[in-house]
Amino acid sequence: MTIFAEYGQILIILACLFGLFMAWGVGANDVANAMGTSVGAGALTIKQAILIAMVFEFAGAYLAGGEVTSTIRKGIIDPAVLAGAPELLVYGMLSALLAAGTWLLIASMMGWPVSTTHSIVGAIVGFAAVGISPDAVHWGKVGKIVASWVVSPVLAGTIAYMLFSSVQKLILTQDDPFKRAKKIIPFYMFAVGFLIAMVTMLKGLKHVFKDTGVAMSFGECAMMAAGVGIVVAIIGSVLLNRVKRDEEAEHYNRFASVEKVFAVLMIFTACAMAFAHGSNDVANAVGPLAAVVSVVKSGAVGAKSMMPSWILLLGGVGIMLGLATYGFKVMGTIGRKITELTPSRGFAAELGAAATVVLASGIGLPISTTHTLVGAVLGVGLARGIAALNMRVIGTIFMSWLITLPAGAGLAIVFFFFFKGIFS
Amino acid sequence: MVFSKTIFNLFGKSPISPLQAHMTLVVACAERLQEFLNAAIANDWELSSEIFDKISKKEDKADEMKRQLRLQLPKSLFMPLDRGDLLDLLSLQDRIANRSKDIAGLMLGRKMSIPEPLHQQMIEFVSSSIEAGRQALKAINELDELLEVGFSGKEVDFVEKMIGELDQLEDKTDLLEQEIRLKLFGLEQDLPPIDMMFLYQVIDMIGELADLAEGVGGRLQLLLAR
Repeated sequence: MTIFAEYGQILIILACLFGLFMAWGVGANDVANAMGTSVGAGALTIKQAILIAMVFEFAGAYLAGGEVTSTIRKGIIDPAVLAGAPELLVYGMLSALLAAGTWLLIASMMGWPVSTTHSIVGAIVGFAAVGISPDAVHWGKVGKIVASWVVSPVLAGTIAYMLFSSVQKLILTQDDPFKRAKKIIPFYMFAVGFLIAMVTMLKGLKHVFKDTGVAMSFGECAMMAAGVGIVVAIIGSVLLNRVKRDEEAEHYNRFASVEKVFAVLMIFTACAMAFAHGSNDVANAVGPLAAVVSVVKSGAVGAKSMMPSWILLLGGVGIMLGLATYGFKVMGTIGRKITELTPSRGFAAELGAAATVVLASGIGLPISTTHTLVGAVLGVGLARGIAALNMRVIGTIFMSWLITLPAGAGLAIVFFFFFKGIFS
Repeated sequence: MVFSKTIFNLFGKSPISPLQAHMTLVVACAERLQEFLNAAIANDWELSSEIFDKISKKEDKADEMKRQLRLQLPKSLFMPLDRGDLLDLLSLQDRIANRSKDIAGLMLGRKMSIPEPLHQQMIEFVSSSIEAGRQALKAINELDELLEVGFSGKEVDFVEKMIGELDQLEDKTDLLEQEIRLKLFGLEQDLPPIDMMFLYQVIDMIGELADLAEGVGGRLQLLLAR
């Protein structure tokens, strides 16, 4: 390809810049949504939340982000249609990144809660369907993705509902909830560790295992994950033992001390949430970038090539930059305590959302972390756990849903023809 | 740049602590009636007037709190409590303050004297009515604990028991009211008829305080039952 020989370097640099821009947007806005529950419930300070986010977002992206990245990279577009013109895919992915990043920036400035996932998927489908041909889109796969956007909040809500109901039955309605909480909560911690480890080993580390020639059966994975879960539970128990009864606070609310125990659990679910978010949302920035790099390097669409790890690294760095430059400010606005959200509820919502997102990441479905979390919070609300939920926000989210897809698509189409005009 | 925090607008303001604050104020209104009655029996209308002013101020404040809370409860709010029941509960609570003010106002306006033989019973009657209010407040103060357990389990039984005690207090107040009426019926022949008319009305309103408190308990029970 002469275009790639001539402009290859520039195209890759552009892709890196746009990918970084998109990752920055994810870090600046989306991470705060994912971590805000813990901050709002008073379980973490902003600094702690950012520290956890940096470590676990990155770990999630690196260890379990592969499947979603590959969906974004090559699952939405049919490579066969583009075999003759690989440069179109490069322009397209560049414009998709720029479009989604721009839309995120606009929406953030206006204060609309849009989904990073929806904008990038909308952008990719947009340039492919309009810029190339409707046949270039894997409509079946896109249909599945869109369906997952409906299913994921419902699933998260169901899990959160069940988690909170179990907390009610096993802890809160018992004779000495404080004592019960210390006894039962390590099991929830085990579940957190097990879930994350399981998805990581089954899906994320598949490539690593293949390279190193390690083969692990499902059973072996489960054993390993159980081991991780036990370690997590032990660490958690040590932390739990340090929590003391607060007699004074109990005077005002008999459950004050119990909530302190749940606050410890929330540290763990916050880690899970950051991991889940990293595994799903980093792909939004990294997937298109990986597609560009692979096409430019090999000169063909759909060549079997491993994704270089520096790309995931770049995504991780972009998210951290976003967090460091803007994310902490957003977190600060949430940081004022959401008094309606106590740790016993926050944990249920967070774990429900994290479990759903991690599972989706494992299957390679790009879903919206934010919307999943909203679904989980509603689940806790349905279990009569939250004093007041403002349903109008659901309407706003639904609207942003309807607007984000065409907006991402429209911007991507404009950018696509722009790049096409410049380079050819 | 204004970055969004919109998804956390999902959390509305809890109506529970404002509701409790309102009830606390309203019961404080009713509690003043005790001193007021003592002052009225002692024919100290200056002191009575001072107490009436205090009741009146508290009643105004309760009204304002009621308005604020209503504004805070739009239909788009999803709550573990039924919105209609909650608003009913609020207006019942508010009527305790209104009634307390009415009672003090009527007695002050007419410089109402209470026949000597009734003094002791009236004091007891008023204090019993106030006691019902206090019991209702106690139950309302359990709302945050109820929310914490998601309106289930032992906590619900605990509150049910409180409401049961409240009903007993109301029964007791009813009995006291009957006794007073009976006694007054014996005395009324020798007293100015118009004064008697109004005295009956005051007795009625004091009894109503306990009824309202019982109503608050009843609404609370409805909230639990959902």
